[in-house]
Amino acid sequence: MKKHFSIGLSLVVFALFPVWTARPLHAQSDCLSCHGTPGMTDSSGKSISIDADKFHSSIHGSLTCTNCHTNVKGYPHAANAAQVDCSTCHADEASGLGASVHAKASDHPCLSCHGDPHQIVPKTDASSPVYPLNIPKTCGNCHGNPALAKQHGLANVYGSYMDSIHGFAVSKEGLLVAANCTSCHGSHGILSHKDPKSPTYRTNIPGTCGKCHVGINQQYQAGIHGQLAAKGNPDVPVCTDCHTAHTILEPTSAEFRMQSTPVCGNCHRDKFSTYRDTFHSQLGLLGGYVQTARCWDCHQAHDVRPASDPASPIAPANLIVTCGKCHTGANASFVQYQPHANPRNRRLSPALYYIRLFMNLLLASVLTFFLIHTVLWLVRSHLARGNGGKHA
Amino acid sequence: MPEPTATIPVASVPEPEPSPALPPEPPRQRWFLRFTLAQRYLHAVLFTTFLVLAATGMVMRFSGSIWAIRLARQVGGFGAILFFHKFCALILTLAFLIHVRDIFARGLFKREKGIFWGPTSMVANWKDVKDLFAHFRWFLGMGPKPKFERYAYWEKFDYWAVFWGMVVIGFSGYAMWFAPTFARFLPGWALNAALIIHSEEGLLAILFIFAIHFVNTHLRPDSFPMDYVIFTGRESEEEFKHRRPLEYQRMLAEGRSATRITDAPPKWLINFSRVVGFTAILIGLTLLILALSAYFVG
Repeated sequence: MKKHFSIGLSLVVFALFPVWTARPLHAQSDCLSCHGTPGMTDSSGKSISIDADKFHSSIHGSLTCTNCHTNVKGYPHAANAAQVDCSTCHADEASGLGASVHAKASDHPCLSCHGDPHQIVPKTDASSPVYPLNIPKTCGNCHGNPALAKQHGLANVYGSYMDSIHGFAVSKEGLLVAANCTSCHGSHGILSHKDPKSPTYRTNIPGTCGKCHVGINQQYQAGIHGQLAAKGNPDVPVCTDCHTAHTILEPTSAEFRMQSTPVCGNCHRDKFSTYRDTFHSQLGLLGGYVQTARCWDCHQAHDVRPASDPASPIAPANLIVTCGKCHTGANASFVQYQPHANPRNRRLSPALYYIRLFMNLLLASVLTFFLIHTVLWLVRSHLARGNGGKHA
Repeated sequence: MPEPTATIPVASVPEPEPSPALPPEPPRQRWFLRFTLAQRYLHAVLFTTFLVLAATGMVMRFSGSIWAIRLARQVGGFGAILFFHKFCALILTLAFLIHVRDIFARGLFKREKGIFWGPTSMVANWKDVKDLFAHFRWFLGMGPKPKFERYAYWEKFDYWAVFWGMVVIGFSGYAMWFAPTFARFLPGWALNAALIIHSEEGLLAILFIFAIHFVNTHLRPDSFPMDYVIFTGRESEEEFKHRRPLEYQRMLAEGRSATRITDAPPKWLINFSRVVGFTAILIGLTLLILALSAYFVG
């Protein structure tokens, strides 16, 4: 392929065989003799002016114009040049793009991301629109546009991403390895998350995130959720169920800690409801107390295992250590506390069931008795006052 | 509770009764001391700490409701709520212990009469049972109004409800506060039980005080809008005679009216009582509405 000629090599060839290599260079300068004029436009007013210096320093600077504009054979040429087909050289990228969600884009599919075709620089160049730190902005040109998102039935995710831990790493710290759009979605062959081949398809997500988060993925795969996911169970949570796809927060932040317990509760409804009855939940709901135990403080976030597994932090033998993380002095009796006790269930918690029943009966009987007592008294007092006495 | 002690100012005391059998109508209203300054302070500490404990406790119990979350955020979140709750719990515990020590010191060591039994005691007796039934008969127009002694049966109930409430709520509260320590001698599930008992008993206290005690003591036609005696310590002879005729007659029969008589409550004290009392009632009724709405609406 012609792109494999380096500029250096062409210069050497040019110096040694000036006559033999003169024609293609002449062709480029021939074109630039007209198109090098600044401000040149076609009949519809569209710029057809080429900045020769920028073109020469671009990755395609060694190519002649007719390599891409294949229908231009000589001068004069037709007023409308045919659309350039990049797939002649970039066959793999083009086939990926052809199968992707962007296949039907009305604009030139390559240029929407790669920018001005005469100024394309390598993606390792910081000025490239597909340089890792520039990718979110490039994708955001469309995916940060609410009207476009609505038109295509997509979530307008650019803002969420930019406010996420990944977005901050890119925009604030310039971290090249931070996940940008293409890290998860791929670049040319982007598929819908409903396509089983997509890296964002539900069961592929742990592997996608695991490309960077290797250690977390190992823990996840060892836990009950990962094991079930590997067996193809679609109901178990994958990374994005807890962390979301784009609005990913720092997991130790107050915001994430305070909002995330209901996420586990989406599936573990009974455990969530009994958690809500406890002091741990009350602490969390009222805010200002970030340390309060959330699900994963006891159960682990990624390596979640049932209590019957000796490696689980909630296995009976490990409870003193687990509870002791917050409760200094936790002992064998203390850890018999049931963080998910259900006093409404006579079978599971008989003692608590009867204590609650007794307390409710006490409440009801005392209040009922005195309510009747007070109402009768009020009525009698009013009657007595009506009879003329001040006191009753 | 005993008779008030001899710390009453006697300078403005009118002439004592010439004869207990024939009380002449005095030219102006006479005032008698019902509660000593110490008793009034005890009540003041009790109700101020109770209001804060009730408000912060309800925020925790109904932590899912919007008003609870808003209120908590206003004062600085859970940390602040729990701080105020524990702070007032400590003060109330201290007041409770001082009261218990006082009762035992007077009843057991000073051998003061009427602490544990008799007409002036807070301990319930057979007359209270009879009064309860007689009162109900009077409510229904089936009999005369019973004549009450120094403490009527519903006042004794108020006292013991608060007394045992403090023991139960206090113990369960401290068990949760110092859970690992209490777990040395309590089984783990007792910590679960502690929250149930603490929160139910607390709710009972809130509903009882704000719905029953307020009406019985302050809002019922006889004392509407408020009975100032717990703030001023004094009540007029007319009120005394009407409300607790047996105690009044006993005082006269024992010739002790001179030790009970006192000056009229000063204007500033009545105004102070109004401000403090109405504030407490207003806060209490607000909490009552919030508690009921959270309990029934969710």
